[in-house]
Amino acid sequence: MGAAAHIARPDAATRLRAAQEVRARQRRRTRLFLLAPALGIIGIFGLFPLSIALVYSFLEPGTYGGVEWVFSYDAYVQFLFERDIFDDTLSFNSAYLQIFGRSFGLAITTMIGTLILGFPVAYFIAARPPEQRNFWLFAITLPFWTNLLIRTYSMLLIVRDEGFVNLMLMKLGLISEPLEMLYTDGAVLAGLVYSYLPFMILPIYASLEKFDFSLLEAGHDLYATRTQVFRHIIIPITRPGIVAGCVLVLIPALGAYITPELLGGGKKLMIGNLIALQFGSGRNWPFGAAAALILMAVVLIALLVSLRAGASKEGGHG
Amino acid sequence: MDKLLSIFRPSTGSRELRRQPLFTGMSWLVLLFLYAPIAVLVVFSFNDNRSVVRWTEFSLRWYAAALENDDIRRSAMISIQVALSATVFSTIIATMAALATTRGGVYRGRSAAIALINQPLMIPEIVTAIATLAFFSILRQLTGVTGIGWLILAHTVFCVPFAYMPIRARLSDMSVTYEAAAADLYATPWQTFRHVTLPLLMPGVMAGAMLAFVVSLDDVIITLLVAGPGETTLPIYILGQIRRGVTPEVNAVSTILIGLTVTMVTLTFFLQRKRK
Repeated sequence: MGAAAHIARPDAATRLRAAQEVRARQRRRTRLFLLAPALGIIGIFGLFPLSIALVYSFLEPGTYGGVEWVFSYDAYVQFLFERDIFDDTLSFNSAYLQIFGRSFGLAITTMIGTLILGFPVAYFIAARPPEQRNFWLFAITLPFWTNLLIRTYSMLLIVRDEGFVNLMLMKLGLISEPLEMLYTDGAVLAGLVYSYLPFMILPIYASLEKFDFSLLEAGHDLYATRTQVFRHIIIPITRPGIVAGCVLVLIPALGAYITPELLGGGKKLMIGNLIALQFGSGRNWPFGAAAALILMAVVLIALLVSLRAGASKEGGHG
Repeated sequence: MDKLLSIFRPSTGSRELRRQPLFTGMSWLVLLFLYAPIAVLVVFSFNDNRSVVRWTEFSLRWYAAALENDDIRRSAMISIQVALSATVFSTIIATMAALATTRGGVYRGRSAAIALINQPLMIPEIVTAIATLAFFSILRQLTGVTGIGWLILAHTVFCVPFAYMPIRARLSDMSVTYEAAAADLYATPWQTFRHVTLPLLMPGVMAGAMLAFVVSLDDVIITLLVAGPGETTLPIYILGQIRRGVTPEVNAVSTILIGLTVTMVTLTFFLQRKRK
């Protein structure tokens, strides 16, 4: 009996180990089974197509859209130069650079605009008593879920020549003739700020949500002025939120399509319109793909810069 | 009364400091800025007049006109078909992924998996749209398959991260003790999931599904490029109408869409609040 138990003991240990191994394998298999559809569908239909776009950007355009499978880097050359149809010489053409320049200008101005408008709101919400915060958060998030197209359209109704703003101003006798606001950069900017403002408010609010406002009092007790308290306490605390908000606004603003289309009236093209145009009536898929990849590269750079900006803060904090 | 008296009392330092009077005013102005344009649109959809700015009389005629319009009906049906299918697929996929990223323990590649799931959020929509179009045009040629399935597939991809967020949030808030108890009572993993995890997770799943539905229903850019002939969704129809000029009919359809979104998002909001 005693001898049998002696023999059985190591056997039980190995059996236990074996059972644990089987369980671990099962867990891994379950995990893989659960993750496979998400990773598969996003990997194959979300990420992989980007490499197709890369391939397309090095091909020749088909006559009726699509591509000819002939290698060419014309799409990138076309970005800066114009090819003369007759003698094939290249001459510098800044038209596309200008579109990129305008897009960056508008996107960065949008970012600054949303920051100026959004920061006070985020701060205000965070300083509210908890039961009021929910109302404000809900009120700020709701427009974000509302159809972007419809919101842009509602903006168009407001800034048209016979729109609401002009009507009000004329009724008040401030102007006698309608101001021309639609189809200007200003209208596009207003539309972009209007569209992406919640993206700025929410992350800044998140960085302030857990903030202990009595720290301000501590600063005050140590003879810090209002401005000093703001600069040395509030700004460092909200920095990750500001960085996140800037990225969340910059990325969609750079690739905006609907806003410049409706409020810029096609005269004020942005990158997004340029890309879509190449895949539509422009029938130059390789050029559209190249423009999209250049946009993608800029977005990646912005993301990396923001990661560093966020990280340096963490370092300074510790 | 308390408020009236408080001005005679010396102010408590922190209240004073945390308050930025300028910010309060600005916040209300921002709220006005966010809602005024939508309010104008909604109000004038009930206007008995072709003009979208001059108010004459309350009327539902533009709603009647919109509901009788065959193009609107057809595109609404396509929108609902695409949004419902994409919602079902993306919610199932997202639920599975959320289980694997919250209940599967800590393992190598987990954060990479989460990053991949959120990838559609990090890329400008126009880039996703043209890349998907390029890929699908090859696949369409190779397989010879056409139809609305491609559009549903494209929608499913960008709906997954939106469905995933609330489901994952709910799962990480849920204690694992119930599931552990079920396992102790010899429930198989499937039984535990079916009778313990899923019922508790349901509010998160519903919230995820509604967000996915809203996001799919609202999509313009990807649909614009990927949709085949005859697959005009409601937003694409609206875009076409706006390009031709503003009509009160568009206001009516837009108001219906806004109403639908507001209802869904409000429900989601309360579903998520209930868990706290």
